[in-house]
Amino acid sequence: MTDSNQPQPHLRIVMLSQPRYLAGVRSMICTVAERLGFSKCDASQIALAVDESICNIIQHGYEKQPDGQIWISVWPIEDIPNNTFGIRIILEDEAKQVDPKQIKSRPLKDIRPGGLGVHIIHKVMDTVQYSERENTGMRLLLEKTGAKHINPQDHQRELGSCPPDISSSE
Amino acid sequence: MNFSDSDNTLPIEITTADQSTIFKPVGDIDMSRSPHLRTALAEVQRPAPDKRIIINLEEVPYMDSSGVATLVEAMQIARKHGGQIKLCNLNQRVLSIIEIARLDTIFKIYPTLEDAVNS
Repeated sequence: MTDSNQPQPHLRIVMLSQPRYLAGVRSMICTVAERLGFSKCDASQIALAVDESICNIIQHGYEKQPDGQIWISVWPIEDIPNNTFGIRIILEDEAKQVDPKQIKSRPLKDIRPGGLGVHIIHKVMDTVQYSERENTGMRLLLEKTGAKHINPQDHQRELGSCPPDISSSE
Repeated sequence: MNFSDSDNTLPIEITTADQSTIFKPVGDIDMSRSPHLRTALAEVQRPAPDKRIIINLEEVPYMDSSGVATLVEAMQIARKHGGQIKLCNLNQRVLSIIEIARLDTIFKIYPTLEDAVNS
């Protein structure tokens, strides 16, 4: 489902286009972002950007039809030579395609309900890139750097320090 | 008065104090739940759009732009009819989305319910 130019995602989930699953996706993204070295505040804003992106897919892409599929794929950004760490998230759907140039934020001085999602996504994330998928649907690439470097081995060590009955799945 | 708290709905306590109607939603306000807040606000604003309304966000850990849009809509109705919408007890997470949307100077925001009631 994801772009063949991308390496295998470290995490991928698929959800139906139903708002009731947003809370679960937010929790997952927030927890993973913290584990990748973001502060609690940054992690929660990344989850907000993903929430807003999915809301847009449900509302404008699938026009609130509840049986559309949305794929969420996550990679860490680990550019050790440049000391740059962060998160890359790709959202994909099979909803109607729109010209990426048409997806933009509205002027904020116009105080009215709605239309804030795209502004929030751009404000929170460093990279926001919409593209049309090959046959159907849209792809949204979101990236944010600024995480502190956490060696994956540290998490392994954490796991190793759990009592055997918790860390063992058998 | 309480709105249903089953599955996907947003429990909202509604009380009155000193001529203000106080809404206290409990839980995340996102795309699945903001319609409940919108309905609850409309139930009060439709017959009395000049009402003074306080929205106590003490028990709201998270809000997305659909929640913000609901608050903006209620504020516009209130302003048009000489009413008022005040927000209080926002946590940092909720305040930050209002700041990102540059609405922190548009809404009347108070640190506590008491401050909102007495203002």
